[in-house]
Amino acid sequence: MSEYDAARGQNGMGALIVCENLWKIYRVGDVEIQALRGVDLTINRGEFVAVMGASGSGKSTLMNIIGCLDQPTRGRYWLDGDEVGTLGPDALADIRNRQIGFVFQNFNLIPRTSALENAQLPLFYRGLSLKEQRALAAAALERVGLSGREHHYPTQLSGGQQQRVAIARALVSSPSILLADEPTGNLDTESSREIMAILQRLNREDHLTIILVTHEPDIASYASRELVMKDGRIVSDRRADVLSASAAGRSKT
Amino acid sequence: MSTFIWLTVVTALRILGRNRMRAGLTMLGIVIGVGAVIAMVSIGQGARAAVQAQVASMGTNVIIILPGATTVGGVRGGQGGAVTLTVADALELKKRVPLLHETAWAKRDVMQIVNGNKNWNGPVNGISPGYLTIRDWSFVSGGPFTQADMDTAARVALVGQTVVENLFDPGEEPVGATIRIKNVPFRVIGVLAPKGQSAQGSDQDDIIFIPFTTAERKVFGTMFLGSVGALFASTDRAEDLPEAVEQIREVLRARHRLQPEQPDDFTVRTQVDIGRVQEGTSQTLTVMLFAIASVSLLVGGIGIMNILLVSVTERTREIGVRMAVGAKRRHILVQFLIEAMTLSLVGGVAGILFGIAGARLTTVVAGWPTIISAESVVVAFLFSLAVGLFFGLYPANKAARLNPIEALRYE
Repeated sequence: MSEYDAARGQNGMGALIVCENLWKIYRVGDVEIQALRGVDLTINRGEFVAVMGASGSGKSTLMNIIGCLDQPTRGRYWLDGDEVGTLGPDALADIRNRQIGFVFQNFNLIPRTSALENAQLPLFYRGLSLKEQRALAAAALERVGLSGREHHYPTQLSGGQQQRVAIARALVSSPSILLADEPTGNLDTESSREIMAILQRLNREDHLTIILVTHEPDIASYASRELVMKDGRIVSDRRADVLSASAAGRSKT
Repeated sequence: MSTFIWLTVVTALRILGRNRMRAGLTMLGIVIGVGAVIAMVSIGQGARAAVQAQVASMGTNVIIILPGATTVGGVRGGQGGAVTLTVADALELKKRVPLLHETAWAKRDVMQIVNGNKNWNGPVNGISPGYLTIRDWSFVSGGPFTQADMDTAARVALVGQTVVENLFDPGEEPVGATIRIKNVPFRVIGVLAPKGQSAQGSDQDDIIFIPFTTAERKVFGTMFLGSVGALFASTDRAEDLPEAVEQIREVLRARHRLQPEQPDDFTVRTQVDIGRVQEGTSQTLTVMLFAIASVSLLVGGIGIMNILLVSVTERTREIGVRMAVGAKRRHILVQFLIEAMTLSLVGGVAGILFGIAGARLTTVVAGWPTIISAESVVVAFLFSLAVGLFFGLYPANKAARLNPIEALRYE
């Protein structure tokens, strides 16, 4: 019985991500780097997962594979019931476009392009009409509280606002998963709190599955599940009610 | 896909608009290349049209037979150096070569011409009446002389525009006036329509025609009666020219009693031969234009490629983001190709405008005729598009092949 079947057995259709014995091996010159060494992971729909670990622990590699930016050297990966570990670049691009929203540490907005147009970007590659693109992007900006700033350029926005544009861009295609790679790494405490509040709201109210990579324990504490990686393996996996309780307490302050 | 392409074009224009200086400098090669080609093609076409008009102004399907060089003890005289052609030759040709529609003969000399207190030194041509038909001369006033004028050696003259300008006051009617050629009075009976420059560059309107017989007996003082400066003939159809030339040679060789080993003592030329020389010139011009165009478009294209490579490097992170949100390789490829083609097209259009302006300026300043053909504009447009496509391919492909993970991490 495979991990995926096992997950389905336990959780029915709830499993969104199922990874089975994932390996990722790079070769740099003569040196072989084992970035992932047999990762087994199941994430259900609606979970808010924080992935922690030192740099070089393999968390970025795992994120890249889950985000369909990279493919495992060995092992299998099912996303929403479809095995995606073996797909070609164009099929992966389609999956990223429709199922995955990315939020980066350095926002990665396209410079000298308005907030609205940045938020439109995924729809641009889906071939929607300009009118539909604009309507959906405006709605996404509204969800992150940026109504009225559609025509601001990234340089006219604060760091927190820029990251909110990035979240709107990730939300605009109604993805199944939001992958946030240290989304507060470049933000001050106040903005960090705002961003985390938005993510938490999206998770609780819209049941969006969120995977968050972070170094900081208090950022991780917003999540409902915490994974710790070390040397290419998951060394700790806690579904902690305590964590969510403390996060709830924090969101009140 | 069409929405995608349209929006990509808009984006490309905006990116160019943002880096106006850089885009302008990048396009300069294309602008200069296309501009130079458009200007030079229009000058070339203008020149060619002028030459064609000159060749056509000689008449239609014209054959010219010139007396040949004499060889005296190994010393060769120049063309026309011998008096080998006669009126009798012309009459024989008329009789023996049925392909000839018309035959005529002429003899010229430069003479002093006087009208009242004005005088002019111009070429006086004694011609048989058929000459006017062969060389396609028409009249602005008056008309040609007749066979009867020929037979009676009448003192009548036809004058060209240049002669009119130099011998008559503005507004004075030349027809009916009496002019003196070498002190012999002539009545002007016709003013010739202007023809402009000949294919060799001489002024065809600086001319006076008088009947051949009159010239021979009363003006030129010829040593050998019946000798002519040149024979002229024409055929009905251009295809008949080579055959007619062959027959003319046979008849003349027989009449001149030339042995098979002796060379012709005359030269037969046709309008086609003269046109061919001009065509050769314009072909050389075309080849040179093509070389210039190739070099400048190559340089312009390399400029575009260079700036795009810089752009791909500068925008590596942006490319990574685009890939992360679902751009496929072909989307990135098309985006950069469109940027390249936008650059080359804007440059091409600017070049076309500069070229047209340059051609106009040439006409105004230097007085050269220029023709701006729609074809050259369309070809320049398509060519600049092709340059953008070709030189954009490498940078666009480089962008499309970026690994999204590395592109996102690029600092």
